[in-house]
Amino acid sequence: MSDIKKFMYVNRRAPYGTVYALESLEVVLIGAAFDQDVSLAFIGDGVYQLKSDQDSSEADQKNFSPIYQALGDYDVTKLYVEKESMEERGLSLDDLMPLTYEDEDDDWAEKDSIRVVTRDEMKELMEQQDVLFNF
Amino acid sequence: MPIEVDGKSLEVDEEGYLANLNDWVPGVAEVMSKEDDLELTDEHWDIINFLREYYEEYQIAPAVRVLTKAVGKRMGKDKGNSKYLYGLFPYGPGKQACRYAGLPKPTGCV
Amino acid sequence: MSILHTVNKSPFEKNALSECLTHSMDGSAILLLEDGVYAAMQGTNFEADVKNALASKKVYALGPDIKLRGLSNDRVIDGIELVDYAGFVDLTESNDKVQAWL
Repeated sequence: MSDIKKFMYVNRRAPYGTVYALESLEVVLIGAAFDQDVSLAFIGDGVYQLKSDQDSSEADQKNFSPIYQALGDYDVTKLYVEKESMEERGLSLDDLMPLTYEDEDDDWAEKDSIRVVTRDEMKELMEQQDVLFNF
Repeated sequence: MPIEVDGKSLEVDEEGYLANLNDWVPGVAEVMSKEDDLELTDEHWDIINFLREYYEEYQIAPAVRVLTKAVGKRMGKDKGNSKYLYGLFPYGPGKQACRYAGLPKPTGCV
Repeated sequence: MSILHTVNKSPFEKNALSECLTHSMDGSAILLLEDGVYAAMQGTNFEADVKNALASKKVYALGPDIKLRGLSNDRVIDGIELVDYAGFVDLTESNDKVQAWL
């Protein structure tokens, strides 16, 4: 019996307006040290976290979107983004930052971390988890 | 509490990390390493500079195992292992090297 | 007599925008800022509500908050006027009250 559990972090808030998105990232990065099967879900306003071209040059908040690019280094390689949530917001996959990881088991081939799933598929994915964290 | 570098007084936090990332100059690493009785070599500087580049790109200080993997990819397996990195930075390559590089304490260092 | 209404919440997360739109007089000014700027974008489920408001009210959005969130000025709904921080100050000065919908 393996003691690896399936952890899913469910991200539901837009970045910047509240601190949830950044807090979630920090928990994910710290939790990544424990060698569990980690995935991230982006639903509702959470999909805004992955919007490309975030630019803080005129704002007084730090642009933390580059941290999502480091997730691959922390072996966090499954980012599920809900299709319906994007559509409700006039967004498509092209509007998101390209995020990739290098697959150690496949000669370091570069692969996409973002997987667009439907709401029904998201429900299924949640059902398969051992532990769910909601941010 | 502040440290003296090149005639300037720089704020550090209670664990000795630079309070303001933009205050960093190479002298910061020199002063901090002298306090730890450590002589900085080119090998140390390779890691310090690598950390600064990593932070520039990703806005975080990497955890030790992430640093180890990334160094291995960039500089070869003989350097991308914890024995080599702990040899250079006995107080921990994450914490000590990040401190010298002017970065915050690594994210994911428990 | 005039009120500047500000909305700083995402329309998907809170009903601040909807309540602001139903409780503001014709001719009043509405400024979208912080997470409120998501409502300024084309293609969202709230686009029709915002367009409807534009027929009788002035709607503004804070440019720096649009940029921070990676949103494009080109995709702001036609008729919404972009302002910077100085423009925000001007709006508060040219209206005699501010109602912040939180």
